[in-house]
Amino acid sequence: MSRILKREQLSEQVWRFRLDAPKIAKKRKAGQFIILRPTSDSERIPLTIADADPDEGWIEIVFQTVGKTTLILKDLEEGTSVLDLAGPLGKPTHIEKFGKCLCIGGGVGVAPLYPIVCALKAAGNELTTIIGARNKSLLILENEMAKNSDHLFATTDDGSNGRKGFVSDVFNELIKAGEVFDLAVVIGPPMMMKVTTSLTVSAGIKTFASLNPIMIDGTGMCGGCRVSVFGETKFACVDGPEFDAAGIDWNELLRRQNSYKAFETKAREDHICRLGGNS
Amino acid sequence: MTAIENTGKKKERVPMREQKPDVRGRNFQEVPFGYSEEEAMQEASRCLNCKKPFCVDGCPVNVKIPEFVKLISDGKFADAAQKIKETNALPAVCGRVCPQEEQCEALCILGKKGSSVAIGNLERFAADWERNNGTVNIPKCKPKNGLKVAIVGSGPAGLTCAGELIKEGFDVTIFEALHETGGVLIYGIPEFRLPKEIVKKEIEFLEKLGVTIEKNFIIGKTATVDELLNEEGFSAVFVGSGAGLPQFMKMKGENSIGVYSANEYLTRNNLMRAFAPNAQTPVIKGNRTITVGGGNVAMDSARTALRLGAEKSMIVYRRSKDEMPARKAEVHHAEEEGIEFNMLCNPIEVIANENGFVTALRCERMELGEPDASGRRKPIPVKGSEFEIPCDVVIIAIGNTPNPLIQSTTPDISVSKRGTIVADEKTGRTSKKYVYAGGDIVTGAATVILAMGAGKTAAKSIIEDLLS
Repeated sequence: MSRILKREQLSEQVWRFRLDAPKIAKKRKAGQFIILRPTSDSERIPLTIADADPDEGWIEIVFQTVGKTTLILKDLEEGTSVLDLAGPLGKPTHIEKFGKCLCIGGGVGVAPLYPIVCALKAAGNELTTIIGARNKSLLILENEMAKNSDHLFATTDDGSNGRKGFVSDVFNELIKAGEVFDLAVVIGPPMMMKVTTSLTVSAGIKTFASLNPIMIDGTGMCGGCRVSVFGETKFACVDGPEFDAAGIDWNELLRRQNSYKAFETKAREDHICRLGGNS
Repeated sequence: MTAIENTGKKKERVPMREQKPDVRGRNFQEVPFGYSEEEAMQEASRCLNCKKPFCVDGCPVNVKIPEFVKLISDGKFADAAQKIKETNALPAVCGRVCPQEEQCEALCILGKKGSSVAIGNLERFAADWERNNGTVNIPKCKPKNGLKVAIVGSGPAGLTCAGELIKEGFDVTIFEALHETGGVLIYGIPEFRLPKEIVKKEIEFLEKLGVTIEKNFIIGKTATVDELLNEEGFSAVFVGSGAGLPQFMKMKGENSIGVYSANEYLTRNNLMRAFAPNAQTPVIKGNRTITVGGGNVAMDSARTALRLGAEKSMIVYRRSKDEMPARKAEVHHAEEEGIEFNMLCNPIEVIANENGFVTALRCERMELGEPDASGRRKPIPVKGSEFEIPCDVVIIAIGNTPNPLIQSTTPDISVSKRGTIVADEKTGRTSKKYVYAGGDIVTGAATVILAMGAGKTAAKSIIEDLLS
């Protein structure tokens, strides 16, 4: 059991929960994730740790309501508890002084990017951060990112906040203007990561992407989260979640994300339907 | 109680009644019903009560077999259960999943000329009787000795070790990575072979004895073995973290949608109960499923697929039936239920459609050559014999390797080439002082009872090392 200390809505579909988890808060490092189960019937879902305070003993998670489990999670009230919480899982991000670093986050992927930005900054890197979302209401953590980056660019697909366009547009302009980077970290929806990392890799930048595939236990037991990296099968939970983007088989990853699409759509619709009560 | 008619002929083994194959193949309820009191007494009366009972030598935890069988034949069922529990903490589990035909029953004198005493069935009966009649006795534990022992993993090895130590007066905490306690008994073995209610009762029993259970706690991540010893005040740590890492074939197309490790497939169904109508964890319910492998886990997977509604559930195994490591009884049950066995058949590629969903498994025929390192005849591919079997789910059940979490975060513990923790078979001691290990993490994937035996052995050493 893990108590919800704070519950905030960051945008229309995005929520931030602060959870009482002293042990995890003490151990976690940037790039690691947790697995949680909101209630006794729920699925186990992996969520990246967005922030933590080892002294106060809490961690924060940021999630978008995409399926039934996240819809149930967001309805849990402050002061109540998430039934099961385990972590920290996965390998931490490799942090050192690389020089000029580029961090690119899309949608709710901006949240897991945040601790990495902070850690890279703290290690003495010069940081350029690009964050993007479909529209203004979905763009999160702009202020937090601004505070920890040397340069911040915010984009929205429809131009409702910051500049209009995609994160990849900003990247292309930076490269055209002669910017060079020693490292790139990209986190976001799989399609956005596929497109963006193909650009950064082509530009000769060592690029890591943090993956969030389907998984159950998160400790290497099920193998549901397997991804092909440089032709070799890896488990995102124990070998990742970050991988060298140049080697990731993005098409396989995109296909595997859809394994349970029909099931998920139905579960979500049934859940919303029951809540609506208009049936 | 009605007396069973004595026909005067040599008494035959009393068969256990079970669900009919066509019925049970479509539900998740347990297959055998268990003995009635009459049946149990009749079967128990077959025991010769040998002066030198070989059966006891065949049991990894040396259950006092002739004594408990005699108690059953005398109608003293509660006493029989108590007698078993003197040496075996999980009789309801062992009565169901132990390979008795290779252990106690294999050495039974009656088995030389006819059929051995059904020791497993009787063990199960006594344990079930005790549970159903509420006579479970909470044994007295020794006064607390003030020492704390940590148990990593709540599978059969950990549960047994915990049970032994709590009775001895230690404070015992079990750390379990998942949200439910029981390890492979919960996530691996299906409901129709081992009802989860039974496992839960056994764990409740340990909690009543005073064992603390910390779920969602991953040793190696949430805290390391060294932190348990140096910061959390534990005097000893027993590692029973199991063989949890699934192996794959490394064949083309293996990451297609609908290809599962047996671990994932069984975990979705057993731990997450994906088979239930209102399940929130999905599983792809195939119409034509293929399970690759010939062990008990393969049988469990193929039979689970059938129960999820597969029209055809097939097994593909590269050797012949004689080499299959699964228990004969499990193979028999699977055959009765209509599982199709494709022997001497090796998968080489998973074929998928444009969306990545499995459509077929490409295989090649094999023939048996000379014996290999395992002593079994080595399968050799037959040239030009490739063919495809249409299917929509493929389950890879070719074994597990040890989970490296503990080994990789405990630098001074010796690890074998296979990735298992090195521990003395007779004591459970590892290369690290006050750290003990047992079960699949030491032996590689093996049986429940061997893990229990190892848990018990380690408990003895812990008692010896900490109290003397």
